[in-house]
Amino acid sequence: MSGQSFRIRDKGRIDRSKPVRFTFDGKSYEGFEGDTLASALIANGVHLIGRSFKYHRPRGILAAGSEEPNALIQLGGGNKSEPNLRATQIEIFDGLEAASQNRWPNLKFDVGAINSVFHRLFPAGFYYKTFMWPASLWLKYEHVIRHAAGLGKAPPDRDPDRYEKVHAHADVLIVGGGPAGLAAALAAGKTGARVILADETADWGGSLLSESDCEIDGKEPARWVEETVAELEAMPEVTLVKRCTITGYYDHNYLTGLERVSDHLGAAPEHTPRQRLWKIRAKRVVLATGALERPLVFTDNDRPGVMLSSAVRTYVNRYGVLPGRKAVIFTNNDDAYRTALALEEAHGRVAAIVDVRASVTGPLADAVRAKGITVYENHGIVSVQGTQKVTGIEVMQLDADGTGVTGTAKSLNCDLIAMSGGWNPTVHLFSQSKGKLTWDPEMAAFIPGTASQALASAGACNGTMGLADGLKEGVKLGAEAAREAGHKGRAPAAPKATEPAQGSLRPLWITPGKARLGRKGKHFVDFQNDVTAADVQLAAREGYRSVEHLKRYTTTGMGTDQGKTSNVNALAILSDVLAAEIPSVGTTTFRPPYTPATIGAYAGRNVGKLFEPIRKTRIDEWARANGAKFEHVGQWMRAWYFPKNGETFRQAIDREVKAVRDSVGILDASTLGKIDIQGPDAAEFLNRIYTNAWLKLGVGRCRYGLMLKEDGMVMDDGVTTCIGESHYHMTTTTGGAANVLSWLEEWHQTEWPDLKVFFSSVTEQWSVVAINGPKSRAVMQKLCNDVDFSADAFPFMAMKEGTVAGIPARLYRISFTGELSFEINVPARYGLALWEALMEAGKEFDITPYGTETMHVLRAEKGFIIVGQETDGTVNPLDLGMDWIVSKKKPDFVGKRSLERESMASPERKQLVGLLTEDPQTVLPEGGHVVEKLKPQPPMVMLGHVTSSYYSPNCGRSIAMALIKGGHARHGQTLHVPLEDKVVKVTVTEPRFFDLEGERIDG
Amino acid sequence: MKGSANGMRALRGGASRYSIFALARNALSYHENWQKAWRSPEPKPEYDVIIVGGGGHGLATAYYLASVHGIRNIAVVEKGWIGGGNTGRNTTIIRSNYLWDESAGIYEHALKLWEGMSQELNFNVMFSQRGVLTLAHSEHELKEMRRRVEAIRLNGIDSEVLSPAQIKQLVPIIDTNPGIRYPVMGGFIQRRGGTARHDAVAWGYARAADDLGVDIIQNCEVTGILRDGGKVTGIETSRGTIKAKKVGVVTAGHSGVVASMAGLNLPIDSRPLQALVSEPIKPCIDTVVMSNAVHMYISQSDKGELVFGAGVDSYNSYSQRGSIPTVESLLAAGVELYPIISRLRVLRTWGGIVDTCPDASPIISKTPIDGLYFNCGWGTGGFKATPGSGHVFADLIARDEPNAIAAPYSLKRFETGYLIDEHGAAGVAH
Amino acid sequence: MLHITCPWCGPRDDNEFHYGGEAHILRPAAPEKLSDAEWAEYLFLKQNAKGPFLERWSHSAGCRQWFNVVRNTATDEIIEVYPMGELPKSPEGIKAYEGNWRRQSAAEKNAKAGVSGT
Repeated sequence: MSGQSFRIRDKGRIDRSKPVRFTFDGKSYEGFEGDTLASALIANGVHLIGRSFKYHRPRGILAAGSEEPNALIQLGGGNKSEPNLRATQIEIFDGLEAASQNRWPNLKFDVGAINSVFHRLFPAGFYYKTFMWPASLWLKYEHVIRHAAGLGKAPPDRDPDRYEKVHAHADVLIVGGGPAGLAAALAAGKTGARVILADETADWGGSLLSESDCEIDGKEPARWVEETVAELEAMPEVTLVKRCTITGYYDHNYLTGLERVSDHLGAAPEHTPRQRLWKIRAKRVVLATGALERPLVFTDNDRPGVMLSSAVRTYVNRYGVLPGRKAVIFTNNDDAYRTALALEEAHGRVAAIVDVRASVTGPLADAVRAKGITVYENHGIVSVQGTQKVTGIEVMQLDADGTGVTGTAKSLNCDLIAMSGGWNPTVHLFSQSKGKLTWDPEMAAFIPGTASQALASAGACNGTMGLADGLKEGVKLGAEAAREAGHKGRAPAAPKATEPAQGSLRPLWITPGKARLGRKGKHFVDFQNDVTAADVQLAAREGYRSVEHLKRYTTTGMGTDQGKTSNVNALAILSDVLAAEIPSVGTTTFRPPYTPATIGAYAGRNVGKLFEPIRKTRIDEWARANGAKFEHVGQWMRAWYFPKNGETFRQAIDREVKAVRDSVGILDASTLGKIDIQGPDAAEFLNRIYTNAWLKLGVGRCRYGLMLKEDGMVMDDGVTTCIGESHYHMTTTTGGAANVLSWLEEWHQTEWPDLKVFFSSVTEQWSVVAINGPKSRAVMQKLCNDVDFSADAFPFMAMKEGTVAGIPARLYRISFTGELSFEINVPARYGLALWEALMEAGKEFDITPYGTETMHVLRAEKGFIIVGQETDGTVNPLDLGMDWIVSKKKPDFVGKRSLERESMASPERKQLVGLLTEDPQTVLPEGGHVVEKLKPQPPMVMLGHVTSSYYSPNCGRSIAMALIKGGHARHGQTLHVPLEDKVVKVTVTEPRFFDLEGERIDG
Repeated sequence: MKGSANGMRALRGGASRYSIFALARNALSYHENWQKAWRSPEPKPEYDVIIVGGGGHGLATAYYLASVHGIRNIAVVEKGWIGGGNTGRNTTIIRSNYLWDESAGIYEHALKLWEGMSQELNFNVMFSQRGVLTLAHSEHELKEMRRRVEAIRLNGIDSEVLSPAQIKQLVPIIDTNPGIRYPVMGGFIQRRGGTARHDAVAWGYARAADDLGVDIIQNCEVTGILRDGGKVTGIETSRGTIKAKKVGVVTAGHSGVVASMAGLNLPIDSRPLQALVSEPIKPCIDTVVMSNAVHMYISQSDKGELVFGAGVDSYNSYSQRGSIPTVESLLAAGVELYPIISRLRVLRTWGGIVDTCPDASPIISKTPIDGLYFNCGWGTGGFKATPGSGHVFADLIARDEPNAIAAPYSLKRFETGYLIDEHGAAGVAH
Repeated sequence: MLHITCPWCGPRDDNEFHYGGEAHILRPAAPEKLSDAEWAEYLFLKQNAKGPFLERWSHSAGCRQWFNVVRNTATDEIIEVYPMGELPKSPEGIKAYEGNWRRQSAAEKNAKAGVSGT
């Protein structure tokens, strides 16, 4: 057995034919397939696994499942490395590399342990009371604290693995594959209901796999599990998911689960994700999550070799390893006696049972005594010898009320302490579902009370501890859930089960030591965060009397185990101090996830290229091929500018801007939002949405419109065209398209449902190419002979249908540049063909493709605003000097009443102006702020900011627009724009700089 | 603050003063002689001022009423346990780099108070000026950033533009590859910004206020606001009637509910705001980093947990629980920007309830009812404002008149239209 | 995650929907007749109830239709779903509708005096 000297010959479900080699802190060990890292280490006699968070105390293995607070591991190396995993959950595989955490230089000798020398200076919350002087030094103190804190390490770089999500619907979701869960699944499955059964472990059966002293229908429990699972697997509507922890219980029976698909294989096979995030909507939920054993709070109860009694049984019966050769059982209930018997049966020795109860009788006690094991009644463990592994204990008799000890101490040698403080039903998910917990004095634990969602709790998680009763409850609730989900069928008979009967427990929340609490040794309540009973009492003494205060002040329950083993003990000790009933002190809320869940799994496939889609036009490829630089606009990628070889940004823009005014330029305008509006009331609707008048717009005519929010602020703008009787084509800003469509639909459906009008987004249906400049008419004429392009026949703000380069098109004579301009709309798929035809036709005029930047400069020269640049949700039309577009005649439109508030016309508002820099070559930075009274240094009063600023080759100087307080009255004033490095002097002007008379519009 | 500092010296002398020496001294007596941080008194029949809501803002208000304005007969009534609302549920980010002058005014006032808080309260609130970095991911965001940075600078508040290279140096785990969907194109940092220990803020103010005679009454739920004509006369509570000359309401997450007890309606929606922490790991990020474009922000606590915050959930709710897709997109954004976090694990998720105003700015205001004052609507920005909010609210209550910092936050603004619209500046929760 | 039953498409997860806030805020028919304060009531003030709350949702990732919901904002339980233009029928819904301060507001009176809205 090569080193596995603690392996039990004839026990366990591990596969002895499949040895597995792994390393822990660099040393190589052997285990078997089916081992967890914890069981394999125990098989090799390794019990020192980690160091505690605060005092760096040596720690071993406490539990056998996901509640483990101590044995935290850094698994693997490189980018697959993962911190803080529990050794009790890691299934070993060949080549597994595990390392202990939070120690330096090594686990056996850890410098951090110095903390436990000064431990008396570090009571709960000590850091709130010091490190205050001098204030300047806190960051330094903190640096040290931060490096001492933390557990494992993050991997160095990108995660190589893949994660997926499953969206599932179930009639009945059953959480937990122990006896109650299996029974429930079978009962529900038999009705034909769609059932999902999930369990967080690698094996079905839960606690049954740890017991050797019970039978179900006359069979070994493991047999019954096999048969039941086989029966379930044969049911087409039943889905069994192993290694899947149900982590969250959300609104309306929506639950999440994390399935560890291939972690246990070391490397994920091809086409297999590492983990899956399950998102399950269930009509009914049956919780069968079992119960967690409570530690006893006694002196130095954290030493390696101190384990939960049920965990010892699991290691012996399920994994076939002996956690110790000579054990002492310390308990307040009968269940731990089963552990004594299991150890004896596995050829381990039990030195004694120390029981805090005054007198112990019953079948289990008899069986134990029959084996000649001494039972110390009304005794407690008062000291533990051995720091890196238990070597012995002292026991003393408890006094009358159990708060002190009497008599003399007896010493016992042992290398294992199996403790049991009773059981806490696993009510985490029930609590997450917003169900109310109630206190069960019998069990001294919280159990589910009134539920607030469609769920039921079966078995131990409901406080139903007996196997037979648990099975019966499972069958009943499983069938009920199926029926409530609409599947008929009677509940099958519950299987018959036998197990040793148990008596009641004695809740003794603190086992007194030889000295007063906190004076000699430590009574740990929360192992991972090093919170002791004395800390809890200190917190209460200092007035932190709410459970949440206790939790936050002492950090109990705030570790990676979320206090699974510590919460109730802490609560009970607190209520002792407060002399209050435990339920009246309350319980802390359980927050998702039940056990920590991988961030990558939440992200799923929505990473890298799939993080968020990018929208591209049909002309995008051409632009790329022709060296365009791009910018993100909303979800779109838009050509920003087209540098020719060696051109700087400024050179390229100057060239493009001049080309448009001198000859002709071409722009891909396909990203503009487009909404097709139809219906007899379309005009009336537009009339209510836009600030200007729309009732008299003729067919084939276009009009610019401004949309306000109901608060009077500018929301969006664009040109809308009357295509035909009650048919309009609206354009919006690129970024605003989706919002505007929703906006129109909302007003129509919720305010004016009586209007007959319909909207559909056609942004994707049209490719739009805008050609601008004096030569644009000539270009059009070469490609289109069924339209008269003369200024009279085809005036500004008109629309005609025609055929351009053989493509059916809508031609809009509208302009965002002030130049003669046509916006050619063709069915989207012809976009590239149209573009190339125009480029070809435009060759003789040296047609120049340009992007968004040049578009911005050209419109700025004309003083046209861009919503989102000149506006930010706080700007109204009057601020923009656009009173001309706000109808005085219309009785109402969206935003009208708000505009009439006195403040909206206040001369103090920020108003749009032009700015000319003293030096025409200086281009102001957009976002620069304008001040009137310059000061040597800040703070100084700001009037507003520069919204747009460019160099205009057509004006031969820089131009800028700004929103400044009282701007309209400041024309001619000289103001300042103080920048980090210099101050720029500016003169306020009209926000228009070129072709002031608008003579160029007809070419 | 002078008055209060003197008050502190007078009251926090001797044995009860916190220090390393006090720790050592108490260690000798096994820490069995520490005094209560605050009393748990029975409510008196009447107070000069009652503060409804024992969160950070409420406790700070009470403390400044006592320390600055010398009012001693004060009660803070709290439905549950102090600091149990958003004070104990936020992601503890503190900064004052706001766009509008009014916002800069209140948040910078708060930041200055943060800078001396541990010493003034003699309680280490662990205010850690590790810097708050805001990222820009597009040309447009770069321009918006420039506008903000200039405004902040000219308001005399610290702010510094960083290049992608400088950002990478400051935050090595961030992905600055220009090819990603939201490339890091730049950012700006307020080095005086940072984080603090949220619970400690409530406890520190409670302890200091208690020292000045303020009654902190927990498990006392307000059920009614008593009025006589147009004037407030006290409150009904689960522990009986308590009379008061003035009542200040600071009940983030329930402002609307309390307002309706006085027959008032507020321009407020209450929404879930979610946050989460990872398991503790060794330090890997020292700065607070925010990104509006992807709606996420991140920092690392002293315990080693990565602290994540998201945007506000879309629908009204008081259930202190949001919708899981918010968490999924938050973490997807996290992995996109910080690839190394993918294999770390979420330890705890939770939600708070934030009261949001139409202009994303708070309300610090008198009401149509004499002697009744409201401090609410902080949305996602409340924690960082705690001391400033309490300080100016105390001033409003004491003088029955808002000072220059509080004046813009009057309820009246919704009638006149003089809003302080921070949406542009507050795209993401923080 | 909320499970919302779209009247047209059936039950769906909440991330398919867009939230529209408080329902039954009638738009004044003659806004010019309202004082700034009365207009502000319509524009900004909210019911924001804790408990049964009448609100609007639209199935934005589905049929894009708007509809009304009665939801308990304290528990997130959905009590009733009903079409635009109608009033709630559940006792909780009726109570919430009638108990809303808006029923007495000048803005609503103004709206009711003029064209009918929802």
